[in-house]
Amino acid sequence: MAGIELLGVKKSFGTIEVIPDLSLSINDGEFIVFLGPSGCGKSTLLRMIAGLETISGGDIHIGGRSIAALPPGARDVAMVFQHYALYPHMSVRDNMAFGLRNIGMPKKEIERRISEAARMLELQDLLERKPMQMSGGQRQRVAISRAVVKEPGAFLFDEPLSNLDAALRTRTRVELARLHQRLKTTMVFVTHDQIEAMTLATRIVVMNKGRVEQVGTPMEVYHFPATRFVAGFIGSPVMNFLPGALVASGNEFATLRVDGGIELATRVPLSTLPQGASLTAGVRAEYLIVDAEAPVKAKADMVERLGERTLVYATLADGNFVVGEAPRNRDVNAGETVGLHFDPAHVHLFDESGKAYHAAR
Amino acid sequence: MKKLPAKPKAARQPSSAPGVGLPHWGNALFILPFLICYVLLLVYPVFNGFWLSLHEIDQLSDSSEFVGLANFVQLFSDDIFRGSIRNTFYFIILTTPAFVVLGLVLALALNRPGKTGATLRAIFFGSSVLSVTIVTLVWRLVLMPDRGLLANIMSGLGLAQIAPLASETLALPAIALVTVWWIVGLPMMLFLSALQQVPQDIYEAAALDNASRWRTFVSITLPSIKRTVALVAVIEVILQFQLFGQSQLMTLGGPNNSSRSIVMFIYDAGFKQWALGYSAAAAQVLFVLMLAGVAIQMWIARKRDAE
Repeated sequence: MAGIELLGVKKSFGTIEVIPDLSLSINDGEFIVFLGPSGCGKSTLLRMIAGLETISGGDIHIGGRSIAALPPGARDVAMVFQHYALYPHMSVRDNMAFGLRNIGMPKKEIERRISEAARMLELQDLLERKPMQMSGGQRQRVAISRAVVKEPGAFLFDEPLSNLDAALRTRTRVELARLHQRLKTTMVFVTHDQIEAMTLATRIVVMNKGRVEQVGTPMEVYHFPATRFVAGFIGSPVMNFLPGALVASGNEFATLRVDGGIELATRVPLSTLPQGASLTAGVRAEYLIVDAEAPVKAKADMVERLGERTLVYATLADGNFVVGEAPRNRDVNAGETVGLHFDPAHVHLFDESGKAYHAAR
Repeated sequence: MKKLPAKPKAARQPSSAPGVGLPHWGNALFILPFLICYVLLLVYPVFNGFWLSLHEIDQLSDSSEFVGLANFVQLFSDDIFRGSIRNTFYFIILTTPAFVVLGLVLALALNRPGKTGATLRAIFFGSSVLSVTIVTLVWRLVLMPDRGLLANIMSGLGLAQIAPLASETLALPAIALVTVWWIVGLPMMLFLSALQQVPQDIYEAAALDNASRWRTFVSITLPSIKRTVALVAVIEVILQFQLFGQSQLMTLGGPNNSSRSIVMFIYDAGFKQWALGYSAAAAQVLFVLMLAGVAIQMWIARKRDAE
């Protein structure tokens, strides 16, 4: 088991800078998820840890030693690829044994590890099969067990679930979480799927354009997004953003007049805010509740009944679109004019640079 | 809500409409042009060739007489024909492994992005587009006794001169060398395309699995391209069975018939001695040999596949 330190890691392809300067400390035994949109550099970062990409600057330590100059096989990591990357002409058993044979491990030990991993991932009956004779889910389990038998210091996962169908993805996700609980090995997981990130991660690293936007536990990232990018990227439906300007509120908290004249009370302390900045308010759908008494009126355009919650897509008087939630006992119909209650404790403010300001915790 | 436009009539027809999915004799018309060419240019000549081989034909006097298998009996007691079979097999043994190994080595070396790789690929493939006349002409100049490039190099190094094309033991190997130089580009291209089909992430997985370069080649690359290896071997065996131009233009089958191939024998019998029936019989033997050669290869490949 090993922690991973990224120290001022840089990466450029020719003149294109993919990762300008990134430092991050991954604790031993942690399940860390790199989350970000396509092209944000998260896969490149993982591949640099694996040794499949060179680093253009900085250093990487695994288990306390610098591994930047070591070949992939010598880094004490195992990787699970998006497209499984199983050796197509080898049986499941040989796929798992290949790496162990290459380091001259005794046959008995190889057998022991294979049977243990096969039991853990329910592959006992498939050991003699070739990858072609298996389903996508089975192949991915083989790919995972090929990593498990190495008993590495850290596991690296490169979007391992994105090739599976929805049901299988959920199941494999749970299996991965169990695997981590059992092995307690450091795991680094790359995904663009926020649900995978929220459910699996000890900590999430939200990335954008090669930079780290925020590192935090799933709940921190969700409830206290560090930047507007994080606020918009995490959560479904997307957080509502309403640009506006500060007005006198008569108390220590900021009140924002958004375009269209609506005044939004917040619990963001005025003292934390920069002077004279133009701000944007952000509020998630679950804190924007349909309430007949509320002063803010909007026209409901569309209602999504998801079972456990009902989302109301509405247009404010100024033409801004927002998504709110209807209480369970309230039936909303499209075309209806509804009142919307903004929960002040959950209104976030973002300045022009995207930095976020929250209600005091 | 806006009303959707009605679907066009054709789209509304059920898929079991008359004529759909049912065989119709008119469909055969689509393959008729091919069928005519195939029958006229391939099937008919094959059977006609076999029929001719059962006759004694003298084209000069325009006479033809059915002789049964007499031509075949005569062929197998003909030392020159037996020699040409030996030569042809020897030639195949010299060239086919070279095509496979050299083609693969070149492909592995040149399977890289960038201008250097592309230029070298073009150069190695370039010779394949030259006609046999030009290739043999160039190589005859190289191998010419006294004044050729080889002779100059040998004398420059202070070594005894050799004239491969004038030597019974070296003539055929020299022709094999020229042939490999000439058309190694095709196997190289086939191997290149096979190598590029191998998913990159398998190599990355192998790198993480501590596989050395040799181990990666043996355990990952070779098994991934084994079908292409078989394909190249089969193609080359079929092609090299038909050795003709190089021998004809470089040595005329000599010295002392040491580089005479089966096709040369067929050509000489048919078009120099005008013994068309005898020539056709030799062609039948070549046909059977090629068929057997390819069948054995396929059998080996399939057996290895099953393992």
